Amino acid sequence: MTAEAIEHAPSEVRSPAAFLTSRVFIYGALIFWAFICLFPIYWTITTSFKTAPNVTQGHLIPWVDFTPDWRGWRSLGLSPDTIGGTSTVRDEFLKRFFNSVITSVGASALAIVIGSLAAYGLTRFRYKFGWMKNEDISFFFLSQLILPPVVLALPFLALYKGLGLLDTRIGLILLYTLMVLPIVIWIMRDQFNSIPVELEEAALVDGLSVWGAFFQIVLPIALPGMVAAFILSMVLCWNEYFFAALLTSTNANTIPVMVASQTGSQGINWWSMAALSTAAIAPLAIIGVLLERYLIKGMTAGAVK
Amino acid sequence: MSEQATAIAENTSLGASLDTIAPGRKNLGRALMALATAGLAIVALIQIFHAAGAIGFGFSTWRPLLYAYILWGVALGVGQVLTRGEEGYRALFLLPALLFTIAMVVFPTLFGFYIATLDWNLSGTPKFNGLANFWQMLRDPFYSNALLNMVFYVLAVFVEYVIAFGLALLLNAQIRARKFFRVVFLLPLMLSPVAVSWMIGKSLMEYRFGPAATLARKLGWENPAFFASPWSAKISIMLLDAWTFIPFLMIMLLAGLQAMPRDVLEAAKVDGASAWQTFWGVTFPLMLPVSVTALILRIIFKLKLADIVITVTSGGPGGATDTVTSFIFREYRDRSNVGYGTMLAMVYLIIIIVFVTLLLKLASRFVRNVT
Repeated sequence: MTAEAIEHAPSEVRSPAAFLTSRVFIYGALIFWAFICLFPIYWTITTSFKTAPNVTQGHLIPWVDFTPDWRGWRSLGLSPDTIGGTSTVRDEFLKRFFNSVITSVGASALAIVIGSLAAYGLTRFRYKFGWMKNEDISFFFLSQLILPPVVLALPFLALYKGLGLLDTRIGLILLYTLMVLPIVIWIMRDQFNSIPVELEEAALVDGLSVWGAFFQIVLPIALPGMVAAFILSMVLCWNEYFFAALLTSTNANTIPVMVASQTGSQGINWWSMAALSTAAIAPLAIIGVLLERYLIKGMTAGAVK
Repeated sequence: MSEQATAIAENTSLGASLDTIAPGRKNLGRALMALATAGLAIVALIQIFHAAGAIGFGFSTWRPLLYAYILWGVALGVGQVLTRGEEGYRALFLLPALLFTIAMVVFPTLFGFYIATLDWNLSGTPKFNGLANFWQMLRDPFYSNALLNMVFYVLAVFVEYVIAFGLALLLNAQIRARKFFRVVFLLPLMLSPVAVSWMIGKSLMEYRFGPAATLARKLGWENPAFFASPWSAKISIMLLDAWTFIPFLMIMLLAGLQAMPRDVLEAAKVDGASAWQTFWGVTFPLMLPVSVTALILRIIFKLKLADIVITVTSGGPGGATDTVTSFIFREYRDRSNVGYGTMLAMVYLIIIIVFVTLLLKLASRFVRNVT
């Protein structure tokens, strides 16, 4: 028995007309919300193929309302006729793009490594650091989640200046790792708790060390959880703007900083902004569609018990 | 910690006590840790004296101190294994994350409290001015305004919650193409807030020819300037933020709905409860724990709201859309006033800690009373 049938149980039993109404309502609402979710994306992608008059006259449908034009992509150096040649804008864009890739992959990987280890230790062993026991240590890690970035931003500005880490990718990676670490620990703790401890006990009896049992027995089982945590971290790091805007200037800029700096300038080139935005959201939109399962797994870890 | 985990901890600590550690190895470990600590202290002292101008030699940046800290961390780990054997191996699981977080959070936060008492714009020499920043903050109408805005922004979470609950119910219904709708509904969460602020805030809601403005004109709003008047700007920012974050609430609530025991719902149906009665009598109470978790997480995220405000309105008109974060960001960008900005941030941190603690207390009592 499904929830929907319960929700509409009386109508389902009583009259086909009422059943039909509820169907129409449900699908109407679903399609309406799908429209709300998709329209801005559709608008952005189509605008990247528009010329100025098409934008000002509010044309919406390609080939019907307006003829698609490569102008937006040409200004990024990514249209078919410019892709072979040299383009400073494209080099700039690719540099930002790879900065984003390196920082988000680097930070997610680092957070997964140290976060998984800590989560495993916290679910399996008893620690004592002074007055702090396992629960306190877990709380210490998870409480980082409420720390607003702005609290760390200015101290880090001063510290990174002293350390010579301003405008470097390493500096961003360290901060992003910090940002996603509580989430990784949250997800991985949930994951390790769901693995029966008997497996490791058997491995220890067979003569494996604690670390050997972790790498050979536990890690393969926990892999889906790690993938989920990794993808969620990737999304958060890729989209991060605040720290990147404060701590980078020319070398380590990420894509969001590039997008934001374009919007500030006078007389926005709609088509090139649209092309840039499309390029900025495309990787994650693709990840979202392909790996939705893992994202949901990551987000709902520990929520339902 | 679960009972099983306790079992293995005791089990292996039994093994550990059998494995005795030679005194020589123990001493070696202690010596290593002492050496590393001394090394770290020496590097730190050299650099402090160098920065203060007391000695002529030193490093050009503080970065060697970072390397020294990493080396110290490695030595600490090796030392733990040498002195404590099996227990040391277990401590190794926790040490990296712990050292990392301490270096990245505890130290900068303490440093932040120090900066907050300075009159400093990063380029000049810092000047200690006690609580002057704090008194200035109390007299700053823009800061209290930003705090008030945060209250409205947080209240908007409850509207998001209602919509997200509705969507979760829809997705949980007996529908075709469920996976398609789930992916589509999740999509906004994937997108960078900065890109979203351009896509929606600056383009769709553009005054002259954005489709949203055109639609608003057709619906009878003669002058759809979304970001011109204080309240319409605030609501527009709320809408933008809701668009990105409703999927987050929705996914958590959907997980809750799917985990609900079917037999309770069936019992309600057998008893002849209407859909409305079933929802308020069964579904909603059973969903309370998930709802509270989702709401608290969402509120925590909301308290960090900044990207959209910075990129779309930069706080305007007249600070109507300012969040605390965006205000501090501008305070730094426009006047590079690091000391004052940090004071604002630290006060915000304290407010947040108090608020979230109260929220958690309230939530735990609330949930226990109902279930």
